[in-house]
Amino acid sequence: MDLQPTDDQLALIEMVTGFASDRFPIDIVRSFGEPNGFDRDRWKELAALGTFGLALPETEGGVGLDFIDAVLVHEALGKALLPGPLLAATLSAGLVDGVLDGSVLPAIVDIPHDGPIIVEHFRSSDVLLMVDDDGVRVAPSDIAEGIDVVRSTDPTSPISILETVPAGELIGGPELAVAWRQRGSLLASAQLSGNSIGSTELAVAYAKEREQFGRPIGSFQGLKHLLADSWIRSEVARSSVWAAGVMVDEPDVGSVTRAVAGARLTSSRAATENAKTCLQVHGGMGFTWEVDAHLFLKRAWVLETVFGTCDEAAEDVANLYAGL
Amino acid sequence: MHLRDSESDAQFRFEVREWLHGAVASLPEHPATEDWPGRRAFDANWQGLLFEAGYAGINWPSEHGGRGATPTEHLIFLEESAEAKAPDVGIGFVGQMHAGPTIIAEGTEAQKAHHLRGILTGDHAWCQGFSEPGSGSDLASLRTRAFRDGDDYVVSGQKIWTSHAMAADYCEMLVRTDPNELKHKGISWLIMPMDLPGIDVRPLVTVHGSTEFAELFLDEVRVPVANLVGEENDGWRVANVTLSFERGTGFVGELLDTTSVFRDLIALARSTKRHGSTVWDDDGIRHEFGVLGADLDALWAFTKRNVSQGARGGMVMGSGSGFKVAFATTQHRLGDLALRVLDRASLSLDDIGGKPTGELVHSKLHAFAISLGGGTTQIQQNIIAERVLGLPRER
Repeated sequence: MDLQPTDDQLALIEMVTGFASDRFPIDIVRSFGEPNGFDRDRWKELAALGTFGLALPETEGGVGLDFIDAVLVHEALGKALLPGPLLAATLSAGLVDGVLDGSVLPAIVDIPHDGPIIVEHFRSSDVLLMVDDDGVRVAPSDIAEGIDVVRSTDPTSPISILETVPAGELIGGPELAVAWRQRGSLLASAQLSGNSIGSTELAVAYAKEREQFGRPIGSFQGLKHLLADSWIRSEVARSSVWAAGVMVDEPDVGSVTRAVAGARLTSSRAATENAKTCLQVHGGMGFTWEVDAHLFLKRAWVLETVFGTCDEAAEDVANLYAGL
Repeated sequence: MHLRDSESDAQFRFEVREWLHGAVASLPEHPATEDWPGRRAFDANWQGLLFEAGYAGINWPSEHGGRGATPTEHLIFLEESAEAKAPDVGIGFVGQMHAGPTIIAEGTEAQKAHHLRGILTGDHAWCQGFSEPGSGSDLASLRTRAFRDGDDYVVSGQKIWTSHAMAADYCEMLVRTDPNELKHKGISWLIMPMDLPGIDVRPLVTVHGSTEFAELFLDEVRVPVANLVGEENDGWRVANVTLSFERGTGFVGELLDTTSVFRDLIALARSTKRHGSTVWDDDGIRHEFGVLGADLDALWAFTKRNVSQGARGGMVMGSGSGFKVAFATTQHRLGDLALRVLDRASLSLDDIGGKPTGELVHSKLHAFAISLGGGTTQIQQNIIAERVLGLPRER
């Protein structure tokens, strides 16, 4: 048993974090959300790091690492609010030509039983990946019809609403759908965990610098306890996210389904609550578009809907604990 | 990163499981809560069995009679002990977890020779005299006075929250040896035999209605200077050396208990009829079970992270505090859920209808021991804010 990153894993996290701060500073992240703002060249740079093929075998063009390594990288990506179809690209890199090197942009949708078909990053995509209980299908994005473009709640996750999805070509059966939902859910949770750390760092930096009543507001216990709670929620979240990531690689040690559902619950709570705290700590400035606090909160709202909700996760954990 | 046991850990787990199976079967019935001599004898008997089998002081260095096990082996031992329903450390807690490690780190050769073996065999029970009525969260303001008179310190003052004082042979004490120094300076760490004249132990009744801890009234108790551990006036540092002993396993016993209570509560919810179906069929209650299950799994993962870090030579700043706050929050939330499941059965401290209802009420009240003991949740939040996040001190 060893649930701390190895030196190699720490180096990997540092490399991705460094890349994100060099090439995806927050003004670039924001620009990806502008109309026609998706910068394909920068996306290819991200792909060139091996980001989407980390857990793919080397024989398939991947890096040949474990799934936990992909989890750690998605945590780092979530912390930096990296934009774009990160989950779609990571899930499909081994199956859809051009995704691995970033030249083909995928969008993904877990087709809902009812209600509107809302797809993030569809407007800049080349292919649409469609997941349902029967499997996974792929279609060129330009054959989709009945597209309604609306303003997205998260400015860095542009959405489109499709009236129907195209038939597409089957690339995997029910087992692939199950695997993608599980892995996609956990990678989203890893991003949520990273998101919670990012918003906490932003809030802490502001609390040290902003002065009221003649001293930094971070010296007041009222804020200290809020921020300590944020840090604790992140530590709890990343604990369950890491454990679930290892369990995907070592499924014999326990229920992967329960671990993935649990990771969703703890990481959603950490990301949404910490972003709320971040906004609150910024005072009136937190209510402005200019301060980045709302970007963490709104991205968290997107991610917590991806491949399952918290309510479904709670139902899964409860029933699995009860042996049902 | 791995969750699987290594080959040697799997072998260790197997050996421990085999031994526990036989040892637990040999135990007499557990004595009543208020039967202190009985509890002392029961815990000493179990500790003696551990000692003979080589499991006593499992995380102590082998040159001091311990097993020198790795943090991971320690975790495995605790997991298997819970699985086998083996007794917990009980009255041995202060000796094994705090006083013993302190003496190993700072004691004289004579102190080591006199005390360590007795702690390991279960022959010596210890209690802790740190907190005072006026010195709780602000422990360093303590005022129990010890002045030097020949070969003795003469100790007068009052201590509080002294667990197991009714059954202890020795007390690890923090006293003020220099009244002119404020706070952390001027404090010394003493070994006080509990049979000395001038010690009055008065049991304190807890919210459980039982006497787990006591107040100590000290009236000119003559403690030999030979019982000073470390240097005079250096007791604050001495009291903190055990922090370096902490390898992430500190709360494993409590977490195992909580997990077991959680499973009992699921069974109770599924077997309790309400409004024509069972309590478990209530969507709101089942949702809360799911959230708590996720939190417990997360706390186990958190523990494994801390133990893994401990195995690399030391804890990360704040990880112990963070775990404790999260655990206390979960424990309170579990207690709240227990009361919802129990409904009016929660009005009884005794089990009703052959179900562990009283145990669940006990567990709800015990949550306060977690959020208050060993530094309150709010003190832990301050520690995290200042030492991990680097926020400025209030004053």
